[in-house]
Amino acid sequence: MADSKLVMEVLKRIGEKIEEKKEYLTELDQPIGDSDHGINLARGFGEVEKKLPTLEEKDLGTIMKTVGMTLVSTVGGASGPLYGSAFMKIGMAWGGKMEISMEEILAGMDVAVEAVKQRGKSTVEEATMLDAMVPALNAMRTAAEEGLEKKEVLEAGCRASWAGAEHTKDLVATKGRASYVGERGLGHQDPGATSFSFMLEMVKDSL
Amino acid sequence: MKKFINGVDQVENQMIQGMVKAYPGYLRKLDCGNVVVRANKKEGKVALISGGGSGHEPAHGGFVGEGMLDGAVAGAVFTSPTPDQILEGIRAIATDKGVLMVVKNYTGDVMNFEMAAEMAEMEGITVKHVVTNDDVAVDGSLYTVGRRGVAGTVFVHKIAGALAETGADLDEVQAVAQKVIDNVRTMGAAIAPCIVPAAGKPGFELSENEMEVGIGIHGEPGTHKEAMRPADEIVDMLLDKILADLDYSGSEVAVMINGAGATPLMELFIINNRVADVLAEKGIKVYRTLVGEYMTSIEMEGFSISLLKLDDQMKELLDAKADTPAWKE
Repeated sequence: MADSKLVMEVLKRIGEKIEEKKEYLTELDQPIGDSDHGINLARGFGEVEKKLPTLEEKDLGTIMKTVGMTLVSTVGGASGPLYGSAFMKIGMAWGGKMEISMEEILAGMDVAVEAVKQRGKSTVEEATMLDAMVPALNAMRTAAEEGLEKKEVLEAGCRASWAGAEHTKDLVATKGRASYVGERGLGHQDPGATSFSFMLEMVKDSL
Repeated sequence: MKKFINGVDQVENQMIQGMVKAYPGYLRKLDCGNVVVRANKKEGKVALISGGGSGHEPAHGGFVGEGMLDGAVAGAVFTSPTPDQILEGIRAIATDKGVLMVVKNYTGDVMNFEMAAEMAEMEGITVKHVVTNDDVAVDGSLYTVGRRGVAGTVFVHKIAGALAETGADLDEVQAVAQKVIDNVRTMGAAIAPCIVPAAGKPGFELSENEMEVGIGIHGEPGTHKEAMRPADEIVDMLLDKILADLDYSGSEVAVMINGAGATPLMELFIINNRVADVLAEKGIKVYRTLVGEYMTSIEMEGFSISLLKLDDQMKELLDAKADTPAWKE
């Protein structure tokens, strides 16, 4: 369904999207965090883009692991280890593969969710990126089980992801720096849930 | 935004280089990034490493030297350093007695330092860590990731650093670091925010007669805003929170009045004037007072009060020799 050339295209588009939304993501971070989510992620994906030409012809495991390592070593903050661990775990799941099916994409998302839960010692309903990731994965799994086309599966995932990001406005954060502002965080959308939704949107638009 | 910088992406590197050029006898910068270590490595002692985002100068690089830290890692402004950088620092300072990481309690810092420790352990380096969480403004409840590590962290550097210098074991150094953490409390307030260079705008806004209470050290909002009041009343409010959190009655304390970056010494002394009077009234004996900039938040106009409840061991280690750019004893 997707080969390494296509996955590299997705990664490139994610980088462009994050750069485009850099200020928006940073603004979301301002009232509840420390105003750096967009800046940090854009720096990380900028470095990822520089590495892409060296990854041509490589297997998907190597590509995703390299992306994860690059994010861990350039993003910083909490989103570096979180997104970095997620990409590295996907890389391990896709080791040696030159092409992946929808099933393998879902399996990759599954290990990514587990990696974020473990590294962040967190779960859903805590106003984090997991509130977009988990509903997105569930919706995609359901759609795939119903035998829907890949486009419809990804569309279902994106809808659930954005709804999950929107839902973080109703949650009082209990993890991350947003937990310090307590109820003052109500009404604010979580930047991590938002950046994940942008990423999934790029997957949908590219595949 | 108006700052004495050359470009937002050069801030951290040029700051570290400038610091090393100012104190070549104390500090050496690693080639790999913004990591500083002692100019002369000392073997046979537990090595202490700390760090965090840039923007807290003199922390953390300013506390690298005899009797305090062996290394400090600086991330981007207010952003945790990354595991690979921390690992480089650990490798450079590691001795056969092991490494103690002093980490401030922020989600990102804890994650990045933990990842670095896992990588170092794989290379056979023994690494333990403590997490500082002295800020009483934030409730350490189920609903947060726990209290933030703020200016009280510097007492951990000093006291654990002094014990490490004597050749004590990793477990002992970790234990004394934890004892400081258990006995130090801090709270702060600000009257003007700071601007992260790459963001270009302040993390919170205040009108002319407002202050932000319970601020952290990253320009993030505090617990609430309220109307500006005379300094003594602000001190009373902050001390009430600190004294209600730990039983200081009849004890001896070390006091730190920490400037956040743009609060003049004149005002810090006015603050200390009240702190000393209130503590005397309550029968809490001040053993040592430190007034100045230890853990700043770039150009924030604010301050914090830290009280460390001392015992004989901590008193002796607090007074032990230290020779670093920012703390000389």
